Formats: sequence, structure tokens, C-alpha cells
Amino acid sequence: MSVSQAIFHTALLDPTAAIPEGLLDADAHPAGRRFSVYRNNVAVSLTEAMHQAFPVITKLLGAQNMDGLSGIFLRQHPPSSPLMMFYGEEFPGFMAGMEQLSHIGYLPDVARLELALRRSYHAADSEPASADALAVPPEDIMRARLGFVPSMQVLHSDWPIYSIWRFNTEDGAPKPGPGAEDVLITRVEYDPAPHLLPAGGAHWIAGLQAGQTIGDAFEETAAQFPEFDLGATLALLLQGGAITSVTIERLAT
Amino acid sequence: MLDDTLLSNRLPPAPGVGYKPQHFAQILEHAQPVEWLEIHAENYMGDGGRPLAQLRHLSEQFPISVHGVGLSIGGEGPLDPDHLARLKHLIGWLNPASFSEHLAWSTHDSHFLNDLLPLPYTNATLARICEHIDQVQETVGRQMLLENPSSYLAFEESTWSEPDFLREIARRTGCGLLLDVNNVFVSATNLDFSPQGYIDAYPLEKVGEIHLGGHDEDEDDHGHPLLIDSHGREVVDPVWALLDYVLERSGPKSVLIEWDTDVPDWPILRAEADRAQAALDRVPV
Repeated sequence: MSVSQAIFHTALLDPTAAIPEGLLDADAHPAGRRFSVYRNNVAVSLTEAMHQAFPVITKLLGAQNMDGLSGIFLRQHPPSSPLMMFYGEEFPGFMAGMEQLSHIGYLPDVARLELALRRSYHAADSEPASADALAVPPEDIMRARLGFVPSMQVLHSDWPIYSIWRFNTEDGAPKPGPGAEDVLITRVEYDPAPHLLPAGGAHWIAGLQAGQTIGDAFEETAAQFPEFDLGATLALLLQGGAITSVTIERLAT
Repeated sequence: MLDDTLLSNRLPPAPGVGYKPQHFAQILEHAQPVEWLEIHAENYMGDGGRPLAQLRHLSEQFPISVHGVGLSIGGEGPLDPDHLARLKHLIGWLNPASFSEHLAWSTHDSHFLNDLLPLPYTNATLARICEHIDQVQETVGRQMLLENPSSYLAFEESTWSEPDFLREIARRTGCGLLLDVNNVFVSATNLDFSPQGYIDAYPLEKVGEIHLGGHDEDEDDHGHPLLIDSHGREVVDPVWALLDYVLERSGPKSVLIEWDTDVPDWPILRAEADRAQAALDRVPV
């Protein structure tokens, strides 16, 4: 009896599937419980990977609920690559689709924040622009375009995800209030950290990433978010070493 | 078949340990850390950040062994070209002292299962594995070592013994072997064969590295002991005795302590490496 890897694979991920025939114990009996060692290795190792990848989600749900949720997730979305550092990309969407979790609407966005922190942690190293790179005449500032380091990550959420993240990772952090929050993740040396952006911050940075000038992106953002604070946003980017280049287009003379 | 000039295992015949980031500072501060370190290849395939910075730093002071856990050499499908390219890149810039992988599969239909899954020892498996090893060695441009698995069950269809199977793979591909002595003990207990008999049949002259690790004890449906390779505790005495049995026959080898779950404080890991050094000191020169 030949056991193909397709049969083995199916039986591994489905605990209700029959154990493949042709697998034996030391006395040539059917392997029985011995097959469960592999089932268990797969489920336990991927569940542990999920706990490590999403510590705040685990804290919010409780470890037992996280075990249960991971058990369903890992069978629907086994890793698609041996790079376990990036496992769980589908987890926010998976949670958004779970009816049992619909009363905790912020979970998917908190998971996106945790994924973004991990992407930042493993992003390529790069040299930020010097602190005085933006020390140029005000009229030039608005014509400047910015390049960003690969470790920078930006998120917009309709939920207060920065406050929720902080409340669950920092002793004595204030209790989250209601409201949307934009988050900037910067990595000074090797430790990524989230920062709360002014309202409209994620929109403005997205404009710059699409190649807009500081001024054009500002006009567009301010139309939608009149309270948008350009100075505070630029300060966060500079302090976080998130800017690699400042390109100022000279007007034709 | 690999060109002999590419045989390039440069690990010293001394104890090493599996590197864990929580030991970084202690390894650098310790007056006598260990002779060499082993890393899991897949943990250093990101684009940058702390893992790669630590690895660059450590590689300036220690011989590094790159141990892959995700290539799925025994997979029925073709090797993942992206993963092979990442491996080539890592081995290219790091130029490690040794590179090894497993006699196992872990990927099916682009699902990576994060475990080392077992293979039937048949002529068809042999042909496929040799083809994959040829491809790996040609791609990374150097010899690899192939590690024997821990077995919890046997395949009815197998027609080769594991030592003969490994010997034949090494003969056909020119790869070396990584002998995991704990895996031999675990498999021998689970499948009722003599671990010494396994070593007697095993081509020790092909061994470039030895692994030791801890295992858990369980039992199967019939009350038969079932040992599980967990790398989560000290190496047990019978495995140390089996290491002596190996070293008496093979001469000094590079011996690695693997401890991957419930990772202990550095001094406990260091004590296991000391015990490996004592075993090496007993080997007649």
C-alpha cells in the first residue's frame, strides 16, 4: 500500500480523516495514534507561531480562545512559504469574516498593526536622511517629494488601534477612547515602534508614497481632514528616521 | 555528482550549539562561549533588521552552520525555486562552515506544514531525493549534509533500511551526512531496532556533523514506548552513551546541542556543550 503525500497531507490537516493505510507501528499494526504525533506537531507548531505573531490579539482573546481560533485558521490558511516570520497575512481578513467575532470589530485592524510591526522588524536596513534634510526655505518644502525607508509602515483604522495596542502592551497606558486612529510605525535601529499620527496622516503619507509633493498631498488631505497637522506629522517621520530622501524640483527659470 | 573540490565542511571537531537570539549578549560576553553555532536558515531570510545584523556579527567570530528546515527535499513535487534562491543568497553572503537539510518533506501543494514529515524508503523516493539534492548542491555551489529523521511510524512499502538508504544517497549525489544520534535513539525505541546495530550499518565516514537533543516520552495505542523528538530538554544518558559508541568508531566530529523549545538560560546550554566536549575528549586519537 503506497501512501502519497497528498493523502498524508489531507489526513494531517483534517483530524476527522481516516489515518492513511500502509503506515505501521513496530509490530506491523496500523500506526494509529502514532500518526497523531505528526498531526499534533503541525497544529501545535503553527498555533505557537500564531501566538508569537499576534501577542496583542492573544491577550485580547485569551490564550485558550486564540488556540481555538488558530486551529481553524491554520487549517484554512496553512503557511504558503517556509518563512514563518511572515505567517498570518490572511489572519485579519479571516477574523473579519468570523461571525462570532463581529462584536469585537477592532480585532482585524489590531492584527494588521501586529503584522505591520513584524514586516517592519524584518524590512531591509537603510540610511535615513540627515535631520536637517528638511531645513530648506518654506516655499521649497511644499515642492519637495520624500522617499521613505522600507521599515516604515502606515495604517489607517476606523478604530482606536494605537490606543488599544498601547493599553495592552504598556503598563499604565490610558484606557482607549472611541474614534478612528492612524498609526505610523518607524524603526530606530532594530526596534519598530508604533506612533499615533494626526488625523489625515495616513492619507497624506499615502499621497507622498504615490509620488505627490508635500504641498499637493497637503492640499488634498486638508480638504478631507481640515485639522490635519503637517508639522507634527513631519516631525514624527524625522524623529523615526523614516525619510531617506528629500527631492526638491526647481522651477524652470 | 558533486565535484570533490566543492567538499567544504569546515566545522571544527568540537561542540557547538543551536543559536537562539536570547543568548546573543551572553555568547559575546562569555570568556569561553562555544566553538561554533548553528542557525536555522529560514529565520535569516528576511530583508534586514536585527536577525541579520546579529548573524553578521556572530559570523565574524564563530564558524556558522546553516541548517535548513524548510526545503522539503523529500517532497513529491519540484523544489520551490524561490526558496532555493533564498538559500543560495544566504549561503552566498554568509559563506557558512557547513550547510545541512533533512531527509523529510514539509511542503505539499504550496502548503508548508512546519514539520519534518516521513518518507517511504523506496527506489522511487531514492531517485527523487537524489535529483533534488543534485539540484540543491548545483544551485548553492557546495556540498550539503543530509540528516536522518526521528521516526514515529514505518511505511509498509519501504524496501530499504534507513542506513542503506542514506549511504546510497551519499554515494549517488556526493552529499555528506548529518548524524542525529538522538533521532537514531528515538527511532530505534519507537520501531524496535538496535541503535548500535543502526550505527554499525551507517556510513560514519560520510558524517560531517552530529546532532544531539532532548526528547519527550509518550506511548502508543498498545502501550509501546513512543519517544517524541522535541528539542525541549537535556540530552538523556542513553543518548550520551550512544554518542560515545559513535565517536569510538568515527573519531572526533563536530557535535551540536539542539534546544529549540523551552530554551534554557545560557549556562544550562553551555553545560550540555561541556558534556559533549567531555565525550570528544574520551575519543582515542
